[in-house]
Amino acid sequence: MSTETSTPKKSNEIVATNVSKTFGAGPFAKEVIKDCSFTIESGKLTVMIGPSGCGKSSLIQLIAGFDQPTSGSITIGGRPIEGPGKDRLVLFQESALFPWMTTWDNVMYGPRARGEDAKESSEQAEFLLRKVGLEAFRDKYPAQLSGGMQRRAELARAMINKPEVMILDEPFRGLDHMSKELMWEYYASLYEEDRNTNFFVTTDIDEAIFLADRLLIMTNLPTSTRSMIEIDIPRPRNIEEMADNERANEIKTEVMTLLHEEAMKSFSGGSKAAADFLDAYSKRAGK
Amino acid sequence: MNIKKLLGKFSGRAALRGVFAIVVFIAIWEFGARSLDLIGWRVPFVGLIPPPSSVLTTWSNLIMEPSYWQSWYMSFLRVFTGFIVAMIVGIPLGLYMAINRTFYGLAFPSFEILRPIPPLAWVPASIIFWPTQEMSIAFVTFLGAFYTIVINVLGGARSINRQYLQAAQSMGASQWDIFRRIVLPATLPSIVVGSAVGMGITWEVVVAAEMISGGGSGGGASGGLGFFIWSSYVGGSYEQIIVGMISIGIAGYFSSELLRKLGGRFTPWLKTR
Repeated sequence: MSTETSTPKKSNEIVATNVSKTFGAGPFAKEVIKDCSFTIESGKLTVMIGPSGCGKSSLIQLIAGFDQPTSGSITIGGRPIEGPGKDRLVLFQESALFPWMTTWDNVMYGPRARGEDAKESSEQAEFLLRKVGLEAFRDKYPAQLSGGMQRRAELARAMINKPEVMILDEPFRGLDHMSKELMWEYYASLYEEDRNTNFFVTTDIDEAIFLADRLLIMTNLPTSTRSMIEIDIPRPRNIEEMADNERANEIKTEVMTLLHEEAMKSFSGGSKAAADFLDAYSKRAGK
Repeated sequence: MNIKKLLGKFSGRAALRGVFAIVVFIAIWEFGARSLDLIGWRVPFVGLIPPPSSVLTTWSNLIMEPSYWQSWYMSFLRVFTGFIVAMIVGIPLGLYMAINRTFYGLAFPSFEILRPIPPLAWVPASIIFWPTQEMSIAFVTFLGAFYTIVINVLGGARSINRQYLQAAQSMGASQWDIFRRIVLPATLPSIVVGSAVGMGITWEVVVAAEMISGGGSGGGASGGLGFFIWSSYVGGSYEQIIVGMISIGIAGYFSSELLRKLGGRFTPWLKTR
C-alpha cells in the first residue's frame, strides 16, 4: 500500500520455524509453545493476539533472546537469534522504566551504556521527549508520571536506540480506555513515520485490528499459530471510522469466532465432560 | 514541602496527642513513685523506682560532668565503628552473593549457620581471641549490624525486577554497567532498610557488651552508657540507671534519624511515591 521511496531498509524479517518450548522436565514438564511457526515481516506491524495466558510472553522471551527454544529455530534477517541484542527492543507489560532515574536519565540510558557521543544522543533525547510530549517532565521520576506518560517515556527510551525491531508485550494493558485509544493513535503515527518492523502482542481485539498490518491469531496452550489475517485497511486509520468500517467489522467477527473457540478449549481445560458440555452449548448458541 | 511537613509535625492534633500522652505517663510515674508518701501504700512496680522529678535533678547534675558525656561518646564511637565496618563488609558481601552463584553456594550455608548465633553469645569468645577489650566490644557490635545488613542486601539484590535487567541488557549495557546503574540503585532501598534495622540492633548489643565486659580496659568513664547503667546499679544510684536508659533511647533515636536522613538522600526517587 505504500511504496518505499527511501533506500530500502535492511531486511530484519523474523522467522519462527517449528518452535517449541517446554518448562521443567519429567512429570512436571509443561509445554507452553508447540510446533509454532510464523513470520514477522520486515517493515510491517505484526500483531499477535491470543487467549490470555497462552504463552505469548514466553514467545517474546524467545524472540528477544532472553531464553532459548526447546526445539525449532528463530532467525532475524536470516541469522539465528542467540541472545538479547539492541536490534530487538522489548517494551514489557509493566513499566520497566528504572524507578531511580529521571525521565531524562531513563531515555539516555541506552546511549550512555554503549558509550555513545553525549552531545548527539542528548539532542536525540531532547527531540524524542518533545515528540512524546514529555519535555516538561524530564526531571521527574517514573513514579511521578501517569500510566500513559510512563508508556510514552518508555517508547522514547526504546526509540533512541534506533532498534530494527520493536517488540511490544501488551504495552497498553492496564491503561484506562481513553488513554488506551490515545496511545493507539499515538503509537500508530510513530510507526507510520518510520515503518520499522514492529511486533505487538495483545489480548485486545479492537487494539489488534486498529494497529495491525498483519494479524497472527494464536491457539490456546500450548501455543501455535492458528491463522493469519492481512488487515488491508488503509493508513492512517481513525478510531471513529474504524467502528463503522465494514471490513474492520468483518475481520472482528472472524477473529472473535476463532478466539472464542480457543477460549472454549482453555475453559474446558482437559475435562471431557466440560468439553462436551461446552461443545453442545456452542452448537446451540450457533444455531 | 519540608517546612510544611515540619510544621505539621509540631502542630495539629497528632502532636497534641503525643504531648498529652507523655505528660500523662510522667504524671502517673511521679504519682506511683511517690505513692508510699502520698497514700501510705506502695503501688506495685512503679512504687519501687525513683520519681521523674528526682531523675531530672540527677540528670541536670550529670549534664555538667564530663564523664557522663564521655560515656555517650564511647558508646557512639563503638556503635559507629561496628556499624560502619558492618556496612563496609556486609554490603559487598551481600551483593556478591546475589550476583555470583558459585560464591553464593559457597558462602550462604556458613552464613546461615552463623547468623542465628546472637551477638552476645560471641562475647566470651571474642574476649579470648581479640587482643583488647575495646576490640572485642567493637567486634560484637559489628556482628549485631552485620547479619541484618547482609541478609537485606542479598534479599534486595535478588528480588530486582527481571525486566529491569532485561531492558538494560537489550539496550546493549555491559555487565559492569548493569551492576553499577541497575543492581546497585535497585538494592539501595534494601540497604537503607537493612542499615536502619542494623543500627537498632547495634545499640542493643553495645549496651549489653559494655555491661558484660566491664566497659573496656579503662573502666569508669570509658565504659560507655551500658557500663554507666551497670555501675549505677552496683553503686545503688537508681536515678542514674534511669538517666542512662533514657540517654540510650535518645542516642538510638538520633542515630536512626541520622540514617533516615542519609538514606533519604541516597534514594530520592522513593520520596515521590
